[in-house]
Amino acid sequence: MAHTKEKNKLYGLMAEFENETQLLQASSKANEFGFTKMDAYTPYPVHGLPEAVGFKKNRLPMIVLIGAILGGLTGFFMQYFASVIHYPINIGGRPLNSWPSFIVITFEMTILFAAFSAVFGMFALNNLPQPYHPVFNVPRFALASRDRFFLCIESIDAQFEEEETRKFLKSLNPMDVYDVSP
Amino acid sequence: MATESKQKNQAPLIEPGHTFGSVSDKISSLVLNKKTPTFWFIGFGISFMLMNLLLLAIAYLLFKGIGIWGVNVPVAWGFAIINLVWWIGIGHAGTLISAILLLLRQEWRTSINRFAEAMTLFAVSAAGIFPLIHTGRPWLDYWLIPYPNTMALWPNFRSPLVWDVFAISTYATVSLLFWYVGLVPDFATLRDRTKTTGAKIIYGVLSMGWRGSAVHWHRYETAYLLLAGLATPLVISVHTVVSFDFAMGIVPGWHATIFPPYFVAGAIYAGFAMVLTLAIPLRKVYGLQDFITMRHLKNMAKVMLATGLIVAYGYSVEAFTAWYSATEYEGFMILNRMTGPYRYVFWSLIICNVAVPQLLWISKVQNSVVGLFIIAMFVNVGMWLERYVIVITSLHRDFLPSSWDMYSGTFWDWATYIGSIGLFLTLMFLFLRVIPSISIFEMKTLVIGRGDKKEDKK
Repeated sequence: MAHTKEKNKLYGLMAEFENETQLLQASSKANEFGFTKMDAYTPYPVHGLPEAVGFKKNRLPMIVLIGAILGGLTGFFMQYFASVIHYPINIGGRPLNSWPSFIVITFEMTILFAAFSAVFGMFALNNLPQPYHPVFNVPRFALASRDRFFLCIESIDAQFEEEETRKFLKSLNPMDVYDVSP
Repeated sequence: MATESKQKNQAPLIEPGHTFGSVSDKISSLVLNKKTPTFWFIGFGISFMLMNLLLLAIAYLLFKGIGIWGVNVPVAWGFAIINLVWWIGIGHAGTLISAILLLLRQEWRTSINRFAEAMTLFAVSAAGIFPLIHTGRPWLDYWLIPYPNTMALWPNFRSPLVWDVFAISTYATVSLLFWYVGLVPDFATLRDRTKTTGAKIIYGVLSMGWRGSAVHWHRYETAYLLLAGLATPLVISVHTVVSFDFAMGIVPGWHATIFPPYFVAGAIYAGFAMVLTLAIPLRKVYGLQDFITMRHLKNMAKVMLATGLIVAYGYSVEAFTAWYSATEYEGFMILNRMTGPYRYVFWSLIICNVAVPQLLWISKVQNSVVGLFIIAMFVNVGMWLERYVIVITSLHRDFLPSSWDMYSGTFWDWATYIGSIGLFLTLMFLFLRVIPSISIFEMKTLVIGRGDKKEDKK
């Protein structure tokens, strides 16, 4: 972990909201205020929220595309290698590289590799599995998987000043603001 | 009466009055509730006994060999292939509901996709057993996989049977990934709601530390959508490849270009019948009528009716082609099917798959839960009979009359088949007890009435 524990006692400050609209407005305001190191937590995907907390580029589709291409190539050339190079059998002079009959396995391998890239790529980009995360130190945070919406501004943010930020979060009309210990 | 039926036509996807909290509590309580309901023990007990029958049948098979089954020349493909195709077909509805209906933005899929996907996984598990034990020497089944070996041999990549290995194993893997990805946020909900330490640790590990971050959700939805896009052609390909097992062979009744589409339609047909078979008792015993409403049941009935008509079209095209091709063998095959020694199986199949489902045109039948259940059972049986007819009648009287013979399943054939149903139900009961059978977080998107509409970002 890059952040030093001595300097910042807190991981950040967390505000709890009752619904997604309030959270969305709060996140946009925090974004306008200039906070960059923050994240919002919701029980289900809320559209527009990733942009509001400053998320820019999703690299997952590219990873899946690369996975799919690699899978297709692997599938085809495995069959090519086996049938043409490693163990060629001449059956009545028919072509060794009988590519139409290789298509099914090429297709299946494309899907298989792409699916693996989608799932493992998503987990890797999300830094999951992650056994410990400071946000779980807030007891109320258990409701983030039920019916509450949270915004956490992290102390590594350049703009973060404990009291100022607390005041700012309070100004967003949250249900409450909590300290998140690291 | 007229207005009432109109209201029923517009039955909601989730009954009014539910909040995020009530959805979480209701669905997670099915799993976290300490007291296991009595019916669960009864159902699980029966299924578990049947599963042991499967284990016994397989053990005896390993001990004695394939001779304990009814297969012989000329019918070398018997119950094992029938059951493989039947189970794989059943599996298709799960992926169809979770992937294709997601891409088509059919919001009603939300409350049934989780257990339909589970059904897919368990059906594919049951299906996978059959080709493996059918090989005769199952301990050498790894020969099916291409791997560098001292014999310098490879599987025959030009064979549909090897394509099948790839198609089915890819299908099983992708279904498992899809299912697990869908479960991660719900495992997090269970982790946060459970009060016992053991469950907290287990669900915590399974949830991978999911915390519902907005950025995570964004990538999550992308991954889920891409998986759906990948699973859609995959599910079509799987039964197509299964049908290649037949269609690539030069056997009358198999060598037909109608096979791939007709198999895929049949798979969806069988799958929806099985989803109805499972959903109707499930919503009753767990009191899930608020989440699995009449609209879901009716929609599934309509899909069943439509795919059933495609299947019926497939049957008629088979008969038409046999006549139109003017091939002696094809003509004999279709006559032998309809009037030969297996005519009872054929006509039962027509009753189950073509005649009875036409009752679904009547809206009273569509609105009757019991009626739907009975029709779904007919289709389950009918689809099994269909595979029986395809496999057996084409083989038992082939080109040479001197080698004609009759086929019937032995005790061990039936034991393996019924045992595989036991395996399927056992897994299903375990799933119902430990995993939320309805997607909690997706139901919440129904509560706010937004569903899967992804366009309205602003």
